[in-house]
Amino acid sequence: MTVAVKIPEDMELIYEYPEAMTTTYTHYCPGCPHGIVHRLVAEVIDELGIREKCIGVAPVGCSVMIYKYLNVDFVEAAHGRAPAMATGLKRTNPDKIVFTYQGDGDIAAIGIAEALHAANRGELISTVFINNAIYGMTGGQMAPTTLPGMVTTSTPFGRDVRLAGYPVPMSELLAQVEGAVYVTRQMATDLVSIRKTKKAIKRAFMVQLAGLGYSSVEVLSSCSTNWNMGPWEALEWVKEKMIPYFPLGTFKMTDEVKALKVK
Amino acid sequence: MAKELLKGNVAFAEAAVRNGLQAYFGYPITPQSEALEHLSGRMLELDRVFLQAESEVAAINMVYGAACSGVRVMTSTSGPGFSLMTEGLSYIAGSEIPAVVINMMRGGPGLGNIQPSQADYFLMVKTAGHGDFHPIVLAPSSVQEIIDMVGLAFELAEKYRTLVYIAGDGAIGQMMESAELPPMQEVRQERPAWATTGAQGREPNLINSLYLGAKALEEVNLRLQKKLAEIKAHEIRWQEYETEDADLLLVAYGTVGRICTSVMREARKQGLKVGLLRPQTLWPFPEERIHELAGQVRGMLVTEMSAGQMLEDVERSAAGKCPVKFYGRMGGVVPMVDEILAEVQKLDEEVSR
Repeated sequence: MTVAVKIPEDMELIYEYPEAMTTTYTHYCPGCPHGIVHRLVAEVIDELGIREKCIGVAPVGCSVMIYKYLNVDFVEAAHGRAPAMATGLKRTNPDKIVFTYQGDGDIAAIGIAEALHAANRGELISTVFINNAIYGMTGGQMAPTTLPGMVTTSTPFGRDVRLAGYPVPMSELLAQVEGAVYVTRQMATDLVSIRKTKKAIKRAFMVQLAGLGYSSVEVLSSCSTNWNMGPWEALEWVKEKMIPYFPLGTFKMTDEVKALKVK
Repeated sequence: MAKELLKGNVAFAEAAVRNGLQAYFGYPITPQSEALEHLSGRMLELDRVFLQAESEVAAINMVYGAACSGVRVMTSTSGPGFSLMTEGLSYIAGSEIPAVVINMMRGGPGLGNIQPSQADYFLMVKTAGHGDFHPIVLAPSSVQEIIDMVGLAFELAEKYRTLVYIAGDGAIGQMMESAELPPMQEVRQERPAWATTGAQGREPNLINSLYLGAKALEEVNLRLQKKLAEIKAHEIRWQEYETEDADLLLVAYGTVGRICTSVMREARKQGLKVGLLRPQTLWPFPEERIHELAGQVRGMLVTEMSAGQMLEDVERSAAGKCPVKFYGRMGGVVPMVDEILAEVQKLDEEVSR
């Protein structure tokens, strides 16, 4: 289903769909930040004027159908393999902009090897990584980023770290490798953080345009459906509960990246 | 081009280069690592893409990505690596994009060993990944034939937008023999219209294997099956030796097929009218011709370096029209001419009773 946009003649158009976004309704639950982050990616693509050069790699997870919402070339990867697929695409299209959009299960569990090695090679790709501490699409099972004690459909007694380990600090890990030149963790819970996230995504794409190395933007996100909370409560929970485990900040930013002027 | 003394693994790698290979992704595994080593230098010299991946899982997904760009892309591996690749292979099949995968089979199961084997027949021909699909599977029996089949593999992959496997084995990979490489072909510069190369002046392209609606996915499957039927109608390949007057038939492929040409000659010296059918495509399989021959001969002997995998296809093709016997060696043991000859004699006695 697409949105029919009709502006009455006496009204001024002050806000519209980015060209890099389609007018298709998303399938996301009410209160899900995926749609917001999709839009940020689209705005960045428009602002950088790279829509016709972009190739996106979709993940497996809630955002599996991101290709319906972004108006750019897309491929659909197997679960966790987006960075490998992006590598194949970028190496054979070095003049194009290749990005992956991945969830926490995709990048920090099944695809951690592909992600770390793509970063280590300094692949000229950019990753947008949504961390909502849960498996959304499959119905709320434990994610690698699920908090200790957190009840999920596969940790009915809460995540017991003795049995299931600890939340994986993915951005901190990515920042360790030489090929990663820009690694940051943001959140998308309010206007200020959303603006910061957009700026980070823009910087990540600019890193790729400048050929500097691998760039990744983690975005702390909510999942009110699988957390069994209202959307507002879920956003508060991100700030209160997730940030202690996943502190916001930039874990890697080389001087060259710092020198990029991000408007 | 003149004949040279070439090692199988290097020969197929160089043949790929000369057939316009644009990108190679792989992970070292014996007994085919020389291919990766050869390409690690050659591809970079020629300003083409070579990458040693962190695993076969990554390698096949890099192949998938590059294939989406519409370039000539390939990987090569051996049994354990091929097992890891089956995930990506299924996605490539579901996305209907061309790619070539070479498996130089070694002894299994598990880590097995690094000796020649044909025990991945089921894996490549029958269960190459989840879901309903068939790759084209080519089976070379010499260094020259694997060289020739690399060119054919790219041609077929691109013609049908499908996966093509080459089912080699450690013996073909490791042996050196005189063979002729093809001339250097120019690398194709243009990309196909379906490729994801950036939506410049056109609607975005999507390469995907996800269809949530059952009917939509069934339609995809029906289209895929139609294509496979088309491949079956046009691409079955095999070689026959002395079948005109044969009343016993050997059926073998690859290295064993080659050994069986000697078995056939020895048997003929002893007055046995033995012929040989050597499938060059394992899928599609020369079932009709085998069925025909089953009506001509007194019996067939299938020989493989496995517990009897192609055997099932031969039995299916013969459909009870003649006895089908089997002789196999496993674990990397290559059957010798006299062993197989003894089995031919046994078959002759059995069917003469």
